[in-house]
Amino acid sequence: MAIRRGRGVAAINYPTGMNLGGDPTQALVHSTPTGNFMVTLSSVDLGQGMKQIMAQICAETIGVPTDRVVIDTADTDTGPHCMGTFASRGTHRAGNAVIQAAKEARQVMLEVAAEELEVNASDLETDGQGNILVKGAPQKSISIFDVALSAHFKRGRSISGRGMFLIPRSYPEKETGAMKPSTCYAHACTVVEVEVDDETGEVTVLNVKNVFEIGRALNPRMVEQQLVGGSWMGISHALYETTEPYYPSRDHGGTDFNQYLMPGPGDLAETEIIVLERPSADGPFGAKGPGEMCANPQIPAVANAVFDAVGVRIDTLPITPERVLRALKARAAG
Amino acid sequence: MAKVPVQFTLNGSEKAEFIESGTTLLHALRDKIGDTSPKGGCHQGTCGACSVIIDGELRLSCLTLAETCNGADIRTTAGLAEAGVLHPLQRAFLDAFATQCGFCTPGMIMAAKVLLDRTPNPSREDVVEALSGNICRCTGYEPIIQAVLTAARANSQNAA
Repeated sequence: MAIRRGRGVAAINYPTGMNLGGDPTQALVHSTPTGNFMVTLSSVDLGQGMKQIMAQICAETIGVPTDRVVIDTADTDTGPHCMGTFASRGTHRAGNAVIQAAKEARQVMLEVAAEELEVNASDLETDGQGNILVKGAPQKSISIFDVALSAHFKRGRSISGRGMFLIPRSYPEKETGAMKPSTCYAHACTVVEVEVDDETGEVTVLNVKNVFEIGRALNPRMVEQQLVGGSWMGISHALYETTEPYYPSRDHGGTDFNQYLMPGPGDLAETEIIVLERPSADGPFGAKGPGEMCANPQIPAVANAVFDAVGVRIDTLPITPERVLRALKARAAG
Repeated sequence: MAKVPVQFTLNGSEKAEFIESGTTLLHALRDKIGDTSPKGGCHQGTCGACSVIIDGELRLSCLTLAETCNGADIRTTAGLAEAGVLHPLQRAFLDAFATQCGFCTPGMIMAAKVLLDRTPNPSREDVVEALSGNICRCTGYEPIIQAVLTAARANSQNAA
């Protein structure tokens, strides 16, 4: 009986979005009379940072500071259409829709500015600070605040835009079965080191090293935050979490989250995160969906590490002490 | 059922309410007084989201009867900022990206505040121990631990 050490590796490809009946998201952008930009979406921010990312995307496209953009995700009944915040699709789908809407709004904004400055709209550029300048003659400029006032009260123009981003459904080819279920994949690789006590079956994760390839990180700090949390969640899924910890029957199962085992701050393994950025071809500014995939590679990596340590394959999650001991016993029995 | 009067200090201001006997402090704070910073997660004392400070002690407001708080000094996350300036713990949580969905954050901050009030220069183990009654689904805890350690350093620099 001994504590045995093992190392496991796993790599994954993870699709961004889904391929069911077509995967659309719609966005609407309009300016207020004072030149702030409202982005109306039905995509939901549940803590992953959707609002911040959409504000950055809109601001970058229109050419205004991020704090001039307001994201309204209030109401899925009355708002534009979104399939939802799932399948790691939010940044990719909604981001592309916001770019499309913001481009259209920017064009109207430049047209109004052109009328005010008596130049061609194609000769104008934004400075990113809230002003529109004549290219090559920056002394000739107008603030976006004044452009919005003019559009609303003088020229009767709506500085607004519509965006709809759709990944159409992909059907398998009849002959080969070949299809394109996703246009965009994130990738990850994890190496985990564990100690397995072959007397108690207990698995302790010593360290977790992750590399995530997530397209362009539109907000690097928020990406890191999500990956750190996701890596921990992957370990948690591998070793602890289940809705059915009790047996022999479901009747003895947990009834709420009080009986749902989840590691606390004292159960952390040393974790390393490395981000690789390889911009995607069809993502907004090269982004992919890092959301769900960041909690996936840890699970097979832990299973492989347990195999490396004690030579048994556990194929049911979570990898509890009982499952490890039963597998060791079965192997010993031959 | 007859209502009972309860009177306490919340973040420095006097509060007086008539409540039904058996009302939890969490319910009184959120639904009677309107301080929604303590969150109702499990309502059974296991998640820590409802943590508040009562007379300097960390307490679970979902398991505390409001009528037992007569005369108490109660502190919540809503009262931490002074004149619009965030408390060092709040600042550190923001800077460390120690919050995602935010539901556990007020409880985490209350637990951390009691720690720092007593142990201004905590070790990492002290922080882990202090936060061990609070559950977080999003962050993996590490950014929260780092935020508390950062706030402790900021406090000691200000004191020096």
